[in-house]
Amino acid sequence: MARAASPRRRAVTTVIAWAVGLAIFFPILWIVILSFKSEGDAIRPPLQVLTSAWTTHTYAEVQERSDYFRHFMNSVIISFGSTLAALAIAIPAAWSMAFVPGRRTKDLLMWMLSTKMLPAVGVLVPIYLIFRDTGLLDTRTGLVIVLTMINLPIVVWMLYTYFKEIPSEILEAARMDGAGLRDELLYVLTPMAVPGIASTLLLNVILAWNEAFWTLNLTASKAAPLTAFIASYSSPEGLFYAKLSAASTLAIAPILILGWFSQKQLVRGLTFGAVK
Amino acid sequence: MTMTIRALLGACAVGALATAATAETITVATVNNGDMIRMQGLMADFEEKHPDIDVEWVTLEENVLRQRVTTDIATKGGQYDVLTIGTYEVPIWGKQGWLVSLNDLPAEYDADDILPAIRNGLTIDGELYAAPFYGESSMVMYRTDLMEQAGLTMPEAPTWDFIKEAAAAMTDKQNEVYGICLRGKAGWGENMAFLTAMANSYGARWFDMDWQPQFDGEAWKATLTDYLDLMNNYGPPGAANNGFNENLALFQQGKCGMWIDATVAASFVTNAAESTVADKVGFALAPDKGLGKRGNWLWAWNLAIPAGSQKVDAAKAFVAWATSKDYLALVAEEEGWANVPPGTRTSLYENPEYQKVPFANMTLESINAADPTAPTVDEVPYVGVQFVAIPEFQGIGTAVGQQFSAALAGTVSAEQALQSAQQLTEREMKKAGYIK
Repeated sequence: MARAASPRRRAVTTVIAWAVGLAIFFPILWIVILSFKSEGDAIRPPLQVLTSAWTTHTYAEVQERSDYFRHFMNSVIISFGSTLAALAIAIPAAWSMAFVPGRRTKDLLMWMLSTKMLPAVGVLVPIYLIFRDTGLLDTRTGLVIVLTMINLPIVVWMLYTYFKEIPSEILEAARMDGAGLRDELLYVLTPMAVPGIASTLLLNVILAWNEAFWTLNLTASKAAPLTAFIASYSSPEGLFYAKLSAASTLAIAPILILGWFSQKQLVRGLTFGAVK
Repeated sequence: MTMTIRALLGACAVGALATAATAETITVATVNNGDMIRMQGLMADFEEKHPDIDVEWVTLEENVLRQRVTTDIATKGGQYDVLTIGTYEVPIWGKQGWLVSLNDLPAEYDADDILPAIRNGLTIDGELYAAPFYGESSMVMYRTDLMEQAGLTMPEAPTWDFIKEAAAAMTDKQNEVYGICLRGKAGWGENMAFLTAMANSYGARWFDMDWQPQFDGEAWKATLTDYLDLMNNYGPPGAANNGFNENLALFQQGKCGMWIDATVAASFVTNAAESTVADKVGFALAPDKGLGKRGNWLWAWNLAIPAGSQKVDAAKAFVAWATSKDYLALVAEEEGWANVPPGTRTSLYENPEYQKVPFANMTLESINAADPTAPTVDEVPYVGVQFVAIPEFQGIGTAVGQQFSAALAGTVSAEQALQSAQQLTEREMKKAGYIK
């Protein structure tokens, strides 16, 4: 049984939790605040920013200047497309690694993870050339492929740890009842791992949504997602904080909302198997 | 009946194919600055003149754009048909054969009208590789009211000694008024743009004719010492983090007595909607040290066509339109003379209407006072006023800029900063094979 916490201790924990939460959330809050200020007010000292007039003018300006919806649709297609593709590859892979491991499975997992340690810019030119020759530059298909590849190790790892938590006896029982491999995967394993798969999916969508290196480097105009939309609002000469903040707010809003609604799933998935 | 419908459908399909075949789409990569955004709003005029060309815009932050475009052009990716690039890239890329020559633009384009100082920086071996969209230099912007209070008069062509005297007289730290605001943020296009230009007026140079770095010389020492003196005594706190935009904000809030920076800032600080000091700003040429060179730079954003483009003709039509005399007139008509992209054409400065713009003449004189092929007192082996047009300069310039920024922040002394700058530049130049 869990030890009852004293009211005092609980108060301290609450204060710390709120402080940490606010510290993490503050930059986002500040972006949102700046996005409702005029350019001139956005660069004032913090206290004067808060007391200055509020306006939605910057949003109107951003709306007028760029096509938000096109960038948004590109982001949706690229992040969900790459996540679904990665899951389709990773579920069978993680299944075999978790339930029928070979002698080298651990090494294989480690090797997969090591590909994440490569600095992306190191392979930019080769990939750029491949994309140029296959006509994939500035296409959503191209980005889906690249993001699938770069996020695949994380997806496999996450699913692998979830699958490990499922007792193999259950799968054995299913097999004894005459379930084939397909039935076992589809009707026994997947339903049991739904929280794990869901949180992998959500996390991966967030990662793909925020990915800025490849999405900026491999696109020009047609396939450019929201990262490119944000990048177009920074200016070498002239004030741009308010417009940049408005663009950023527009770009992160969908994913924030998605995260808000699915936070239960996310937390459940991330702590899956921790308490039995 | 069905036959007629079929025939009609067929005709429509052919028609659609035909239009699809003639309408060409060109992709223009550009930076986010006022003049460029303004052009995107004036595209109706281009579409009217060239109904067969569609233009797609890719707007990116300056450094992202530079990296993005470099990858594409080096691999001949062909993603872009028109690039917005600076005067730093044009000579390097032109020499590499990465850009399409613009020598064959039509006669009515009148390439001879382009300001000679700007044009020289864009021409390699007689080939014009980019057309300037707007040009800028740097100059002194100062508060006329504070200058009057201090009992001083800004000459049209001040010396560094006068700037120091004025900065001392205008500084009122209790009221958060600082005599002078200068760039301090590290970067080849940030503090090094200012410091290299300042060093030119002190007779310093980056390299001698054998590509030997010169940071161990007296001229650089004098430059850096004077810069640090000015900033430490009369500059705003935390200046080591200030770039163009930070200083612009300070000046607009009335916290700077003087600010030496890009001429393009003139239109921002005199804009009453943003600036609290809009009606109290005067302009003067960048200071000198009596050695015949002024501390002002020369920069232009230019439109160029990458060699990998498949639509060179359409791209040329666009470049010619965007940098033409007609475009300047179009902006003047729609948005007023003060918003015309400055610093590219002689005819603009001869226009009596444009001469009424308060900063027009000072901008022209500043641009004319800079010569990218002879930037400093002594002879140099490179092109560029506030930069050295070699591919290695971005890296070296930023590394040296970090040393000087650290000196301003007080973490290293001026001597240490110069010594490190000398060492690292020597090392990089050896590695690149310029010196043995």
